[in-house]
Amino acid sequence: MKKLVILGGGTAGTIMANKMSQHLNLDQWQITLIDNDPVHYYQPGYLFIPFGIYGRNDVAKPKRDFIPPSVEFILSKVEMIEPDQNRVKLEDNRVIGYDYLIVATGSHLTPEETEGLTGPGWNKNIFEFYTGEGACRLQKFLKHWAGGKLVVNVVEMPIKCPVAPLEFLFLADWWFTEQGIRDKVDLSFVTPLPGAFTKPKASQILDNFLDKKNIHLVPEFNIGSVDSENNKIVSYDGKQVEYDLLVTVPTNMGSSLIERSGMGDELNFIPTDKHTLQSKAHENVFVIGDATDLPSSKAGSVAHFQADILTENLLRHIEGLPMLERFDGHANCFIESGFGKGLLIDFNYDVEPLPGKFPLPGIGPFSLLEETQMNHFGKMMFRWVYWNLLLKGAELPIEAEMNMAGKRR
Amino acid sequence: MPTREIAGKQVSLDDDGFLVDATDWSKEVAQVLAQEEGIADLTEGHWKVIEFMRADFAEKGAVPTIRRLNKVGGVPTKELYELFPNGPAKKAARIAGLAKPQGCV
Ligand SMILES: Cc1cc2nc3c(=O)[nH]c(=O)nc-3n(C[C@H](O)[C@H](O)[C@H](O)COP(=O)(O)OP(=O)(O)OC[C@H]3O[C@@H](n4cnc5c(N)ncnc54)[C@H](O)[C@@H]3O)c2cc1C
Repeated sequence: MKKLVILGGGTAGTIMANKMSQHLNLDQWQITLIDNDPVHYYQPGYLFIPFGIYGRNDVAKPKRDFIPPSVEFILSKVEMIEPDQNRVKLEDNRVIGYDYLIVATGSHLTPEETEGLTGPGWNKNIFEFYTGEGACRLQKFLKHWAGGKLVVNVVEMPIKCPVAPLEFLFLADWWFTEQGIRDKVDLSFVTPLPGAFTKPKASQILDNFLDKKNIHLVPEFNIGSVDSENNKIVSYDGKQVEYDLLVTVPTNMGSSLIERSGMGDELNFIPTDKHTLQSKAHENVFVIGDATDLPSSKAGSVAHFQADILTENLLRHIEGLPMLERFDGHANCFIESGFGKGLLIDFNYDVEPLPGKFPLPGIGPFSLLEETQMNHFGKMMFRWVYWNLLLKGAELPIEAEMNMAGKRR
Repeated sequence: MPTREIAGKQVSLDDDGFLVDATDWSKEVAQVLAQEEGIADLTEGHWKVIEFMRADFAEKGAVPTIRRLNKVGGVPTKELYELFPNGPAKKAARIAGLAKPQGCV
């Protein structure tokens, strides 16, 4: 029997387990998926928890329910990858050999990277919403908060779902309005980027949105430390911003497994071929999702597009055929903008987000870079699509490669 | 594309003032670009950063980030901000004759 081992059963690993079990001859192949956490989290749902729109049960389900029965699921932390020996070591010293390895161990928060961030203010008036626990703690805090200066700070790029901090602010603007205390809350977005987003057209439009909603933008702020005694964040070049409530998006890093195995860059992301998703160092190791060092967005939609291409490339590599250099960095993100509306952006390595209609040119039903109710429904529907179609590797009516039709320059 | 004489040489610059052709770079060119960035004299500390950036770019094909300069190049971030105030990544890259660093999405 040949062996395909998948590390990480989050968005990307689960999709790959489903796709490969549909495509490989299971008389000849054994597929094994390893993850240390029995629960699958719908991370995009974390955004809605602080505002009481979703609870924990809306975003958590057993992993096993999404892994096909033909795939062996091992619940264990992976201690080490030894790519030169084609094997991985588990926490209990078990050794698992492989012919092909897919690394899908994602990215996680490392607040300890910023001086003072996890100091006395942590979980008192400093919160994050990128984990289920963090989002729940923030929900409890917000319920009784009377208002003041709310600062959302992105520590450094790249972060997963780079629009989530903006969405948080748009929702906060709506939520405080609903609570009748919007006039008592001062909202700021403090970011290391020159604007609300990295790509110029979208950034311009989103900057205008911030303005319209009376959210202050503090660009090019590289946080050096948090002074929780005086409730202010200080940049490396001495700029200061005061807060009463700090909502931080700490440094995102790849799994410490990658560091232990000596396979990552300075953020523990694995050097990966931009178009084929093969690891640069090892021919039989492939990388997908947030674990890569690619300049594409770290998002579930990206993992989904990558999965189509990785499936094809793996099958070709196994057959001894040349791989298709096809991944174009395609990303597709709904942006919740508050008051029951949303925006949508669709872009890739080379083409920045543009206005237009999606996915059917001229028809939609979704509008690109425009605030509509339909986009909001798309965002809310995404949870159903995620659990019922996306994780199972089903075909969605969106191509893996970006399409220019329907977009306006 | 604007072409200018820098340190006795015709040099092409892009819209943001970055060298178009990396082979146009020399220590003299760096000195002039540094002055334009408000750095009167390039000290040993500056050169350490510039040399690491150029070597790392040659090896990896990407302009190193502030984090990489810290972790791999051994330059504390605080010091980097003192050496190249207001946006060290961009400034140092320009002086080192590299392309404008790409913000990632
Ligand atoms: C607040 C928030 C909002 C978001 N919104 C959106 C959105 O609107 N749209 C969108 O497309 N994306 C969104 N995302 C991003 C999306 O959730 C991620 O990009 C996606 O889940 C990445 O999938 P992945 O498989 O690479 O990593 P993950 O899904 O994080 O999975 C990684 C898995 O690896 C396991 N693992 C790690 N290390 C080890 C180890 N040593 N041993 C064993 N197992 C290990 C973990 O337990 C985990 O199960 C959002 C994310 C957040 C946090």
